[in-house]
Amino acid sequence: MEYNFDNERPIYIQLVELIRIKIVSGEFQRGQKIPSVRELAFMMKVNPNTMQKALVELEDEKLIYTERTNGKYVTEDEKLIEKVKDELAKEKVKNYINSMNSIGISFDEAVKYLQELGGKNGIS
Amino acid sequence: MELVECKNLCKKFDEKQILENINLTIPKGKIIGLLGKNGTGKTTLIKLINDLLTPTSGEVLINGNKPGVESKKIISYLPERTYLEKNMKVSQVITFFEEFYDNFNKERAIKLLKDLNLELDQKISQMSKGMQEKLQLILVMSRDAELYILDEPLGGVDPATRDYILDTILTNFNDGASVIISTHLIADIERILDEVIFIDNGKIYLTSPADELRSKENASIDEIFRRCFKC
Repeated sequence: MEYNFDNERPIYIQLVELIRIKIVSGEFQRGQKIPSVRELAFMMKVNPNTMQKALVELEDEKLIYTERTNGKYVTEDEKLIEKVKDELAKEKVKNYINSMNSIGISFDEAVKYLQELGGKNGIS
Repeated sequence: MELVECKNLCKKFDEKQILENINLTIPKGKIIGLLGKNGTGKTTLIKLINDLLTPTSGEVLINGNKPGVESKKIISYLPERTYLEKNMKVSQVITFFEEFYDNFNKERAIKLLKDLNLELDQKISQMSKGMQEKLQLILVMSRDAELYILDEPLGGVDPATRDYILDTILTNFNDGASVIISTHLIADIERILDEVIFIDNGKIYLTSPADELRSKENASIDEIFRRCFKC
């Protein structure tokens, strides 16, 4: 998988976002051991120091934890993962509504679009 | 102890001041971008660190000592221009490096050559400029060095290969080693940098962790550089 980074924002913040998504989407499962800093840096083609900084941030958020000498694991806390997922979902909906507003489409119309197209694609 | 330390470093050519009062430390384990316009002193600074020039005043210390035989063992340097003997074959160059440097990792070199589709029995003279640059970079990155100094490593290679080269730099430098990359192709390399040094007119204009600078200015390093040095 190719990761494209936006050079205008700190890379470590973008890494935090990417790994957060891996956790809420279940790609990195609850309680699962995650790859080492070097492996993750290699996977995402970034500087290991930057990856390290991102993992420290995720650890502060309690989404991952370090088991001494054994590596890093995804949290066991299902509620926390659900909470983060909920926050991400709200943010995405806000972005959707805002971008629809920006092209002159009202909230109600935006919802209609969502039902029509989402339904057709079988996403709803 | 810092890997590299420059103290009040000055360099004049005749009466022309090329570097003025450079104070700089390069820590271990970082990738550092040495960024500046053409003719601002980047290569002069690099040559001073590599003991290819002597300071007019001030000093450079590598692991606390003046540059010399010891520092050349631990610094792997990619100069701006290639110095490979045109009549040699790739395999001969590999043997040459293996004999010359104790810390040359032949297996790594062979693997990288294969990845970049360079043939061992090809003569240097038959290779394009871009291919020669790739070979040179492979040779430099195949040493187990403490400091890699890459002077314009991307100049002659196409954008697709640039990405591969950046990945090569990222994945092949030793744990705990540092890399100094001098370039004006900032957009291409900024994602892998820990720290940036802007150099202008022979002076250090700013030094900063790359991500800190991005969040402070809300812009890419490339954009910030353009703003600072607008002609």
